Amino acid sequence: MPASSCHTILAPVHQSLGARMVEFGGWWMPVQYTSILEEHQAVREAMGLFDISHMGQITVRGEKAAAWLDQLLTNRASALAVGGGQYSLMLNEAGGVLDDLLVYRRADQEFFLVVNAARRDDDLQWMRSHLPETLSLFIHDDGAAMALQGPLAIPWLDEICHRTSLPSRNQIRSMKILDLPCWVARTGYTGEDGVEIFCDPSHAPALFQEVLRLGHDRGLKPCGLGARDILRLEACLPLYGQDLSPDITPLEAGLHRFIAWDKPTSFIGQNALLALREKGVPRGSMALMMLERTAPPRPHYPVWMDGEVIGEVTSGGYSPTFGQGIGMALLRHPLPPPGSTVFIEIRGTKFPARLHPKPLYKRT
Amino acid sequence: MIPEQLHYTETHEWVRLDQDVATVGVTDHAQNELSDVVFVGLPEVGRVVRSREAVAVLESVKAASDIYAPLSGEIIEVNSALTEHPELINQSPYEKGWIFKLRVESQDLNGLLDASGYSARINP
Repeated sequence: MPASSCHTILAPVHQSLGARMVEFGGWWMPVQYTSILEEHQAVREAMGLFDISHMGQITVRGEKAAAWLDQLLTNRASALAVGGGQYSLMLNEAGGVLDDLLVYRRADQEFFLVVNAARRDDDLQWMRSHLPETLSLFIHDDGAAMALQGPLAIPWLDEICHRTSLPSRNQIRSMKILDLPCWVARTGYTGEDGVEIFCDPSHAPALFQEVLRLGHDRGLKPCGLGARDILRLEACLPLYGQDLSPDITPLEAGLHRFIAWDKPTSFIGQNALLALREKGVPRGSMALMMLERTAPPRPHYPVWMDGEVIGEVTSGGYSPTFGQGIGMALLRHPLPPPGSTVFIEIRGTKFPARLHPKPLYKRT
Repeated sequence: MIPEQLHYTETHEWVRLDQDVATVGVTDHAQNELSDVVFVGLPEVGRVVRSREAVAVLESVKAASDIYAPLSGEIIEVNSALTEHPELINQSPYEKGWIFKLRVESQDLNGLLDASGYSARINP
């Protein structure tokens, strides 16, 4: 078992629940508690609770914090009102993605960033190398966080918080859940409505267990990384390391919405993206769904069309919602139109799949 | 529990031999390790296989696992129910989740583990 610094504060709770644990991004995390398919179903039909304490939590403070983040990241942090949040990307000078993250404005001069676990150390190194003296970074080393996601999550949370008003989409609010102070953000990585809850690590085990206990009769289940991956894949949310990497630009990944081109100072990588746009973006990302019952598509499987390889699968797996294998692929331009049939090479044999625009799954 | 009357491979297949027909599946230990099986790649009926040859594939949510022939012979039947219901392997690994049947070349089971041998293998 890895050293104790790689355990989230909730590790003993997962173990007491009989979770199967695995090393992920340097952290010892639950893959599943009962079955990945059952946990997936809970989130799509009721609600699920995830430990997300492994994510990196970084606070940026100072008068020029907003302007600095505008320059560091693609989206417009300075446009956030206090309590606002947005998805954003951190790029290298070539326009490749160093990380994708959530940025929340907790106070006028205070921003809270949530970054990928596996990227945290690299992100910090990059941020420090670009940090002006007037700003400070605070790293929440043993941060605790959990995500409550599913169609019943918000109505149920509303009840147990006695109608304290919950943040609206992408907003973050300081409030109490079961009498414990938390920062609650209306964000998630499952394609369902729900919240991500940040609390003091000393409160986390009690909060996690009490939420599970209270929500049990409404169908709340603890859910691990296995279910989390299928849920986000169905919603076509990118996974860093597969759909995003230093070799993939946000233009190729289809994340144009999160790029603010007209900020007072250009963001790192902006010039490279502009040059790419002018030259012609070489690749694009599309969703795909297998047309037959086959082994599921997986990362790096070649995508064929008209007798040639036109790209590769970046993320793939079996979707219980669609009863088929699904995936996302990075394909060369010109992109085939949605509805086109391509062939995914799975262990030496080609199987047909249909291309779709993203997302495949959208909650009703 | 590990059925006493079956034989086992190091790679977690079980074998039920009835005269010269061997029924093959994967053990409870294997299905538990794999977790949710979402697809089974069945072999072709009529295919002749050698012992330890990869014959079928189980795809779980996370990964693919090869299934190996425990004995040499000819595939005479496959469990087509697994095409629509791969979860049978998780739910009933020794009964409804059987994968294929072989007409064996030889009824010699000496290369295989018995129940206590397999138990020792998975509980060292």
